[in-house]
Amino acid sequence: MNRIEVEKKVLNENQVLAEQLRERYRQLGVLCINLISAPGSGKTALLERTLQRMDKGSRVAVLTGDLQTENDAKRLAKFGFPVKQITTGGTCHLDARMIGKHLADWKLEDLDLLIVENVGNLVCPSSYDLGEDAKIVLLSTSEGEDKPLKYPSIFFKAELMLLTKIDLLPYVPFNADVARENARRVHPQLEIIDVSSTTGEGLDRWMEWLRARQERAKAKLHTATAPH
Amino acid sequence: MAVVLRSRHCPFADNGFPMHELGIAASILESVQAEALRHPAGRITKVGVKIGELSGVDRDALQFGFEVLVKDTEWEPVVLDLEYIPRVQRCSKCAHEFRMTEFDPQCPQCGEFLTDCIGGEELDIAYMEVDE
Repeated sequence: MNRIEVEKKVLNENQVLAEQLRERYRQLGVLCINLISAPGSGKTALLERTLQRMDKGSRVAVLTGDLQTENDAKRLAKFGFPVKQITTGGTCHLDARMIGKHLADWKLEDLDLLIVENVGNLVCPSSYDLGEDAKIVLLSTSEGEDKPLKYPSIFFKAELMLLTKIDLLPYVPFNADVARENARRVHPQLEIIDVSSTTGEGLDRWMEWLRARQERAKAKLHTATAPH
Repeated sequence: MAVVLRSRHCPFADNGFPMHELGIAASILESVQAEALRHPAGRITKVGVKIGELSGVDRDALQFGFEVLVKDTEWEPVVLDLEYIPRVQRCSKCAHEFRMTEFDPQCPQCGEFLTDCIGGEELDIAYMEVDE
């Protein structure tokens, strides 16, 4: 009997594709974000408000994943930016291959921002790197405050948590302080922004976060191409 | 060599794998098959996989998914050996390493709150055993 040390990622194939995407984004200065939450936390509503606030000439595109239907793509296409639906059939997450395939007929060099709306699921999407710069997790006030403790993986991997439906706080038995504390127990450095897609509360801060990250992606591009 | 995804054991075969762990089991089996090609005279008997506390993977579901995938195939004798890796933090101040429990990031040695995760994210193939 012979023991062979392997030491490689189980999802190595996905990882390789994700790194290729990441490198393409980096070379073109494109910011890619991956939005992850349970079904119904408000990913699509947030994107509607986000696209609505973008300048007409913004170079932004959206890939939106669901098991079935083109409903989200239809909702998001109204704002005039390129949107493509990825229907996974039965699969509970997006993987890097699906992203690569759906990007094939878009010109990445025409984009500054690529938003990926993952399949509504707090578990599986956390395992699949899509080549994004940042994972963003949404938690809504109509869920439980202990979700970060129940599903720590995604709260640990996300850079930013959006606490959504903040306008419902007076009507639901949700303690926002406890939810934030739970999220920071899992991930002490996690950034948190409270938002409401209905009233618009917090959306300025969210747009500012996006702008700052886009500038960072562009700045990296300049330092990478500057002559030494 | 790719795993045949349309396994008769998978009730959702036409749409790929709806279950997260089954897809991961398929990726592990693909690695076993790739390694087997390098040992034409041998036979892979075991594959060792590290599962971190933060990997988001359920070990029982993965074990079950793997068994379902290899059942009645030439890969049936391959044993999946899962090793659980707990979340370990390193203190940014005193460099003390400790097992994190109850999501409490505080360093038990010096009391510092800023500690970094250095273990527990694994979803790695560690080793394989081959009978040559």
